[in-house]
Amino acid sequence: MTEWEIIWQQREIFISGFGNTFALFFAGSIASFILGVTLLYTLENGSKGVKGSVILVINMMRTLPFLILAYLLYYGLPQAGIRMDAFTAGLISLSLYHGTYFCEIFRGIRKGLDSGQMEAAQACGFSRFKTFTRIIIPNVLLRSLPLIANQLIICLKDTAFLCIITVGEITAAANSIQSTYFIPLNAFIVAIALYWIISIAIEQVSKITLNKVQDRGLSHA
Amino acid sequence: MLNEKIHTGPVETPKTVQETAPVVELPVQYPKSESNAQDIVKVVNLSKQFDGIEVLRDINLTIKKGDVVSILGSSGSGKSTLLRCMNWLEQPERGSIHLGDERIGINPATRKPLKYKELAKIRERIGMVFQSFNLWPHLTVLRNVMEALLHVKKMPKVEAEKIARAQLEKVGMSHKLDSYPSMLSGGQKQRVAIARALAMEPEVLLFDEPTSALDPELVDEVLTVMQSLSKEGYTMVVVTHEMEFARNVSSQVVFLEKGILIEKCPPEKFFTHPDSPRVRQFLKLDGA
Repeated sequence: MTEWEIIWQQREIFISGFGNTFALFFAGSIASFILGVTLLYTLENGSKGVKGSVILVINMMRTLPFLILAYLLYYGLPQAGIRMDAFTAGLISLSLYHGTYFCEIFRGIRKGLDSGQMEAAQACGFSRFKTFTRIIIPNVLLRSLPLIANQLIICLKDTAFLCIITVGEITAAANSIQSTYFIPLNAFIVAIALYWIISIAIEQVSKITLNKVQDRGLSHA
Repeated sequence: MLNEKIHTGPVETPKTVQETAPVVELPVQYPKSESNAQDIVKVVNLSKQFDGIEVLRDINLTIKKGDVVSILGSSGSGKSTLLRCMNWLEQPERGSIHLGDERIGINPATRKPLKYKELAKIRERIGMVFQSFNLWPHLTVLRNVMEALLHVKKMPKVEAEKIARAQLEKVGMSHKLDSYPSMLSGGQKQRVAIARALAMEPEVLLFDEPTSALDPELVDEVLTVMQSLSKEGYTMVVVTHEMEFARNVSSQVVFLEKGILIEKCPPEKFFTHPDSPRVRQFLKLDGA
């Protein structure tokens, strides 16, 4: 039996690993995206104290290695009486961690926006909330597309860390197969290919969106 | 007069005093009696500082319905700041601004700043056109004009679109409804911005150097639109460097110098025999 035949026989492990990775990535990026937008809203309209603490939390989160955060949630919290399964802990740490990165991206783009647009909204009688949802957010998102795509790929790759807290994703699948059958080269090549598939999909979607935006010279909301 | 009678009249029972008390306080809280029904905007003793530097000093200005007021002055004279105070984009330290019977920015009863939502309610009634157009780049021309109707006035989409189309027609931009701002020339952008302000049916239109960012060739198309608005009876306050416009279109010309209003008169007088020597110098009327 060749090494590739072993991989094929054990495909179930890879398929379920791929499913887990994709689920973590998909749910995690949506949650972190929402978190990023919410944090931006508090930075936009919160009191000075709120803004200061949000920025502090963002900086603390960004300077923390992702693995430590996952450890903290999965191994640390049970000590405080909060228990969750590995997948949930992984998903929450992914969302928190990348949510702050998303916010940081949005914050940078927001700073570069021409303030005249917001003044025009103000002068038309827009509420703070409507100025945020109708003017600020569409502009920020359209301008941060390449950065968002980049962050999504980092988010995808960070799911690999979660094999350490026993989440059965792609890296865990490859690891279990290579250690059982001693075929690390083949197992990891398959893992790499699976990550590539998702990454290429992200890149394609972002490219199509970006083209649409550029066609219209910064387009629709 | 009424107040005097109440105060000097015999106090009969505590009950009567209580009943009349609100009547006594009314004129103090709402200085309605002073304002003329025709006055749209009233600026009273307005002063404003930036980092301790006085940019506006004790400005008084009354704008009547249908007035077209041109505000002239050299750069840094405070004319844009005065205009921006009128819809509270800048907050003055002293004095007050009134739109009709309402005070802008400050609650007259509590003397505290208005809440953002209350301020927004008043801003709805004031249209503003900016030097740099400030169109929303992510929206088409039509949507730029509809946006505030939909999300501030909460109008149904069909109605908002009808109004937006009509206003864009008025400024001659009907052929660009589906274009994005980045595809337009400066003059076209400014005309869309004017349509956006008009769509809200404002009681007064503020123009902050509307032609200063335009190529000389494009200035006229914007001025033509503004001139036709003045003929329709819109009340307009225009900060400008366009002397021809000030002379031919406005009903009042105001001249600011170092934050002080030094001349306010009809254009015929302003451009021929102004009182202030500084204005004579500005217009190079004395020759040499």
